[in-house]
Amino acid sequence: MSVINVSPTRMELTKIKKRLAVATKGHKLLKDKRDELMRRFLDTVRETKDLRERVEVKIAEANRSFALASSITQREAIATALMLPKQKVSLNISAKNVMGVNIPVFDIEEKTRSKDDSLSYGYAFTSGDLDNSISILSETFSDLLLLAEKEKMIQMLAVEIEKTRRRVNALEYVMIPNYQDTIRYITMKLGENERGNITRLMKVKDMMVEKQIEARKRQNEALSG
Amino acid sequence: MPKHYAEGCVIYMCSIGVIGDYDSICGFSALGLDIFPAENIEDAGRELKSLVSRGYGIIYITEIYMQQLALECEHYREAQTPSIVPIPSCTGVIGVGKALLKKCVEQAVGSDIIFKDN
Repeated sequence: MSVINVSPTRMELTKIKKRLAVATKGHKLLKDKRDELMRRFLDTVRETKDLRERVEVKIAEANRSFALASSITQREAIATALMLPKQKVSLNISAKNVMGVNIPVFDIEEKTRSKDDSLSYGYAFTSGDLDNSISILSETFSDLLLLAEKEKMIQMLAVEIEKTRRRVNALEYVMIPNYQDTIRYITMKLGENERGNITRLMKVKDMMVEKQIEARKRQNEALSG
Repeated sequence: MPKHYAEGCVIYMCSIGVIGDYDSICGFSALGLDIFPAENIEDAGRELKSLVSRGYGIIYITEIYMQQLALECEHYREAQTPSIVPIPSCTGVIGVGKALLKKCVEQAVGSDIIFKDN
């Protein structure tokens, strides 16, 4: 039993009762928040796991093609071919609020003149495997972007869930029991004071009655004597 | 054409960077991403810091470097940006990306309930 160090008065009792009500309500809300965060977190983790596997397979495929290309074409030729990209992307970041956590949402803006004309080199000096590798990468790009978004979401949700869980536990196992113990302590203390008071009053009354009886006896004796 | 976003959203523009050995990342330059080849881990660490300070939104980094720069990446985990994502290098997948997911699940749930079968 752990009691908060307060003076056992009626005012403190009312205050602590109010605090207990707030803590109980807060505990319920935080618990709901934790459950919902957890649900979303687990859904996202499952999706991301599949997404990552898919992206890893695709990138490995692109790397394989690239390795083939670099075994046929000179390294310098590849470097020259990729030196000045035609495509340019810029990333727009907006925020999405998930249970009070601001999750970034990524959206790309491509600055390409034409979709068919995205390669920055002619076909003459490079191997077809390079085109293949780049086309696989460009197919995977949307998934890569989604992966970046989801992984960030998972990291941020994990931190938030940990925080919320700590808060819920602190409320459930420390604050609420402390308040309950303190309320019981103050109630008992007040009851004890009340009983003490009643006993004292009874005692005083007894003494007064005794005195009156004594006085009456003496009066009677004087009258008869 | 400007897109319509929900009210109250903060929208800003930034770039995407890729760090790794040249052979693993040069294909990304054709997609319009900024590539930063790093020969060794010191270079990669330097590039990572410089990209973060220049406000890159997404940083793709090869798994091998990510594994060695885990401590540095840890700093940016709670921040909204950058999102640092491990990608396999040309030597193959070594499972750093999954290990990171696993770590997050352990942090949130207390024990790993998603990847335990693998």
